[in-house]
Amino acid sequence: MEGWDTSTKSTLTQIPLLSAKAGPRDGASWTQRLKEEYKSLIAYTQMNKSNDNDWFHISAANPEGTRWTGKCWYVHNLLKYEFDLQFDIPVTYPSTAPELELPQLDGKTQKMYRGGKICLTVHFKPLWAKNCPRFGIAHALCLGLAPWLAAEVPILVDSGMIKHKDDSSSSAES
Amino acid sequence: MEVELLELLKDLETLKRSLPDSSLHASIDKMRLRVDYVTNLANAAPARRSKVKDMSAEVVDTNPYSRLMALQRMGIVENYERIREFSVAIVGIGGVGSVAAEMLTRCGIGRLLLYDYDKVELANMNRLFFRPEQVGMTKTDAAVQTLSDINPDVVLESYTLNITTVQGFDTFMSSLKNKTFRPSKEGSGVDLVLSCVDNYEARMAVNQACNELNQIWMESGVSEDAVSGHIQLLVPGETACFACAPPLVVASGVDERTLKREGVCAASLPTTMGVVAGLLVQNTLKLLLQFGNVSPYLGYNSLKDYFPTMEMKPNPQCSNAACLERQKEYMLTKPVRDAAAKAKLEAAASVALEGPLHADNEWNISVVDDSDPDSIDGATSDALPEGLKRELPTADEFQNTPPAAVPTTTTVDDLEELRKQLEALNAE
Repeated sequence: MEGWDTSTKSTLTQIPLLSAKAGPRDGASWTQRLKEEYKSLIAYTQMNKSNDNDWFHISAANPEGTRWTGKCWYVHNLLKYEFDLQFDIPVTYPSTAPELELPQLDGKTQKMYRGGKICLTVHFKPLWAKNCPRFGIAHALCLGLAPWLAAEVPILVDSGMIKHKDDSSSSAES
Repeated sequence: MEVELLELLKDLETLKRSLPDSSLHASIDKMRLRVDYVTNLANAAPARRSKVKDMSAEVVDTNPYSRLMALQRMGIVENYERIREFSVAIVGIGGVGSVAAEMLTRCGIGRLLLYDYDKVELANMNRLFFRPEQVGMTKTDAAVQTLSDINPDVVLESYTLNITTVQGFDTFMSSLKNKTFRPSKEGSGVDLVLSCVDNYEARMAVNQACNELNQIWMESGVSEDAVSGHIQLLVPGETACFACAPPLVVASGVDERTLKREGVCAASLPTTMGVVAGLLVQNTLKLLLQFGNVSPYLGYNSLKDYFPTMEMKPNPQCSNAACLERQKEYMLTKPVRDAAAKAKLEAAASVALEGPLHADNEWNISVVDDSDPDSIDGATSDALPEGLKRELPTADEFQNTPPAAVPTTTTVDDLEELRKQLEALNAE
């Protein structure tokens, strides 16, 4: 965890860890895992709200809890940039992390794989591997998506790749 | 087509004769000339070769298999024609997978199953196989188009899906199990699965499927900096599975910091990918047609032209449950394997050895094989040959003690309740 800022570190220690090692094909154990995912997501969201740092909403898009959709946003120069967020729980979960997608940014940055999957290889995948199965969706958002947004959104805005939604000269989404 | 054009000519002739007004004859003659022109064009177009029933070893220019069947005459392969019985599944039809598919197609493989969810892009043109006019097609469709032209004898099945999703994985599993191509085959419906994907998630999905189906497979990969690659043979229960240890990568052999460029997710070269595809299909042919030594792991470092090899035993503490089951089964068949190995050894010895090697053995010295591959010593060695390193760390020891109580209002344990709580927070 060297190289991470202290606030991320302290946030991370407060997100409840998970214990059930189960993926979507594991029947009842998956239901158990899904409950743990919810508990950890609820705790993380509550913590963000109480710190006035709410930055995503996410809900299961199917009853099995294998597909998730929502929004995430990032404030840069006092302007809020919001993006659709979606991902599937892979069959090999939790051995492999979910591949977080921001479809609206597909093709706008090099730090992204096809379909808008953000590049997590260097900063996040080793951490996930080390902490399997204790990390869940909330940890992926905190350690995978949040630093990605913090690094990429300012570059995308400054280079004109994305414009704020109130910027009348633009047709791009924000 | 030729017949239809002839019919058309005849019709025009009849029409010309039946017309009393000769002023229209000139335009009908013009039409006849155009039909002649089209006929010539059609005849000039390359004809697709028809399927062949048996592979012939006859050395004539028109035999697509003469050079392959010559492998038998040269004493390399005992029965080359067996290749038509084999089914190979290729997961990932990119820089490595598409080239591997073309190689197997040209070798006259019986059946290929192709899996990919991507489309062909102009950015793929630095690699082999796909052509610019195929941009926008799915990689599976474009591959079938090219491969069926090259060799119509190969049975091609294409699956446009993502094997890491729950639904895609189900289809992947059932397609591997389907045995209609060769109902007499034991086990699954394919002889080998080749993983030619570009990410860890998909490799783990292939690993999961093959462990569950007890399916032998080969993994391949090219580094993100495009200068090294590897192939690996995985036999469930017998060799390390992909989850037994963090994946290996071939170290570039030069300072990593000078190589890693910020902001670039992946580079690729047609050369490295072609080399890796060649190594992969060569190992495939050796395995299927039983010649030479099949490599358990072969690395390729192009900067130093270094090819490390190694063997990996399965991890008795592997996190993959299906892998542990296969390991148990493999241990149970040890007596049978030992007996077979002994019989083979004795057969060889009875031919080679007439008398004892040494007349007396005062000290009872015997040669013992200390590399018994079946003994599981409880810990797989972390020592790696020079030039190889792990891509990811191993999972920390997982304590079963529940994490310290966290300040949260959540005490409920009902899924629907939890879902509602999260929704309520989202709506705030």
